[in-house]
Amino acid sequence: MKPVNQKAWFLILPVVLCVAFSAILPLMTVVNYSVQDIISPERRVFVGTEWFKSVMRDDDLQGALLRQIGFSLSVLLVEIPLGIALALSMPAKGWKSSAVLVLVAISLLIPWNVVGTIWQIYGRADIGLFGAALARLGINYSYTGNATDAWLTVLLMDVWHWTPLVALLCFAGLRAIPDAYYQAASIDGASKFAVFRYIQLPKLRGVLMIAVLLRFMDSFMIYTEPFVLTGGGPGNSTTFLSQYLTQKAVGQFDLGPAAAFSLIYFLIILLLCFILYNWMQRVGTADKTEAEHG
Amino acid sequence: MARIDLDLAHAYKPNPQRDEDYALLPLKMTFDDGGAYALLGPSGCGKTTLLNIVSGLVKPSHGNVKYDGVDVTARTPQQRNIAQVFQFPVIYDTMTVAENLAFPLRNRGVPAEKIKQRVGRIAEMLEMSKQLDMRAAGLAADAKQKISLGRGLVREDVSAVLFDEPLTVIDPHLKWQLRRKLKQIHHELKLTLIYVTHDQVEALTFADQVVVMTRGRAVQIGTASQLFERPAHTFVGHFIGSPGMNFLPLQHGASGASVAGHPVQAPDAAATLGVRPEYVTLAAPNAAGAVPAVVTQAQDIGTYWLLTTRIGTDGPLVRARLGAEQRAPQVGEHVWLGIQGSHTCYYKDEELLG
Repeated sequence: MKPVNQKAWFLILPVVLCVAFSAILPLMTVVNYSVQDIISPERRVFVGTEWFKSVMRDDDLQGALLRQIGFSLSVLLVEIPLGIALALSMPAKGWKSSAVLVLVAISLLIPWNVVGTIWQIYGRADIGLFGAALARLGINYSYTGNATDAWLTVLLMDVWHWTPLVALLCFAGLRAIPDAYYQAASIDGASKFAVFRYIQLPKLRGVLMIAVLLRFMDSFMIYTEPFVLTGGGPGNSTTFLSQYLTQKAVGQFDLGPAAAFSLIYFLIILLLCFILYNWMQRVGTADKTEAEHG
Repeated sequence: MARIDLDLAHAYKPNPQRDEDYALLPLKMTFDDGGAYALLGPSGCGKTTLLNIVSGLVKPSHGNVKYDGVDVTARTPQQRNIAQVFQFPVIYDTMTVAENLAFPLRNRGVPAEKIKQRVGRIAEMLEMSKQLDMRAAGLAADAKQKISLGRGLVREDVSAVLFDEPLTVIDPHLKWQLRRKLKQIHHELKLTLIYVTHDQVEALTFADQVVVMTRGRAVQIGTASQLFERPAHTFVGHFIGSPGMNFLPLQHGASGASVAGHPVQAPDAAATLGVRPEYVTLAAPNAAGAVPAVVTQAQDIGTYWLLTTRIGTDGPLVRARLGAEQRAPQVGEHVWLGIQGSHTCYYKDEELLG
């Protein structure tokens, strides 16, 4: 038997320290808060799982969670097909390609709160280009007054901001398809749709998985843009999970419930990522084993 | 099925001026209906460009392509009804083997009954009948390439089937098998086949007619024996055969032609004498048409001896293949080599004379 050398553990010590200070200790603080009622900095009472129970029964939280899931799904449903369509219609080479790439990428470079501000002004019925144009057309549109309008505006804003990411990923994926595939398809007499269905879409699967994962996680944590645009209103109609959490923690200073809720939020995201990651892994390995058994 | 006439030149750059600007120099060529052709040449000689022009993937910058006398230069591969197989396997990942083979037929609205019959037949030819229901993505590279070949052969009514170095990814022992298969399929289906390769053995065993290309030029079209016996261009001499033809510069003086100072018979116009190593013989000293040389290398290749000799101290090298039963000269030995006979060719400006 080989002698076991334990010295290697020392080598990972720096990483352990870094992770401890950057992730584990802060998380533990939150865990600590979640089981206490903090009345003042000097006075705190241990309450056990009480905050968790009350938070889970909170109607506002359930509403925010449902809204959040609905929002993330809508984002995926709109941005993924739209991104693919955009990538397909972008020119493949030459200066036009570079120019379009830059144009498409612009919205990705804009900071979140600026995006919110842009749309806040853009959607105003009195001076905003979008809002005023709709008003001229006789459409009664107000993202501050009407819940549906607010919801649609937030969705539209996210689509405007992030579809280019999906498009760029798909564009890269499309460029990676060898010309021979298109030539073979043309010789096989494939229609444009058949080329998309049997060549482009299967070859894009890898980047689409990444796009779905990124867009899902990002939209699930959305905060700044709706906060700037609608402040979560009108009513609670655009209050998503992270904003709800901030209201609780910073606005009302309910540290205990906010901490309990943070942990639940964290677990939800962890669970969803775990499911998504495993699903992707499984599809990936299924392909690999298939290839190996040739 | 069609007879294909080419009369064209092609440059990828606009406004070609010099010869180097052309991927294909002006050429005229005819592929007869039902023939098996090979385009043979080193990498970058323009053979793939020529193939893509025939199929319609590339439009020639000058001239035209005719199928059965009809100008099809502006038509797409689909309209020309061409089948083409590429160097690397192209398969549709999400389909089964059978669906892959059926794809070209399905796209053309062939009835399901007929598709099934054709796919069955092709799968049988390629020995893939057992794999028909497997997903194509899971197969090994050679099986995938067989699918590509199958998709090329599945349509009965194609004008021609074009192969662009289709056996590159295939293991050597399978290469033989597949090549034989292709030859057999050619006999059965009587399709016009054009096969691009840089492997002379592949070209010579597969094709009835081989087109040898170099630097954008088709230098000779002929059967295997024509290419071997009468290379029309020194490049063909070099490229075909292993080792290639010996080329010896000729001098012309008052007393006639000579090689490195030794008199030989040669046409007045000839600048180079070419003789295949197979036809170089050991001759008696001072025999007519023989030159003295020193052996620099003698290799035993099993079935024959390969001699490398030098004429004079810094003269040209001559390679000779001698039968294994002959006594091979030793390194450093002085020999006389017979380089003139009915198989000797004469060249001027790289071109064959007479």
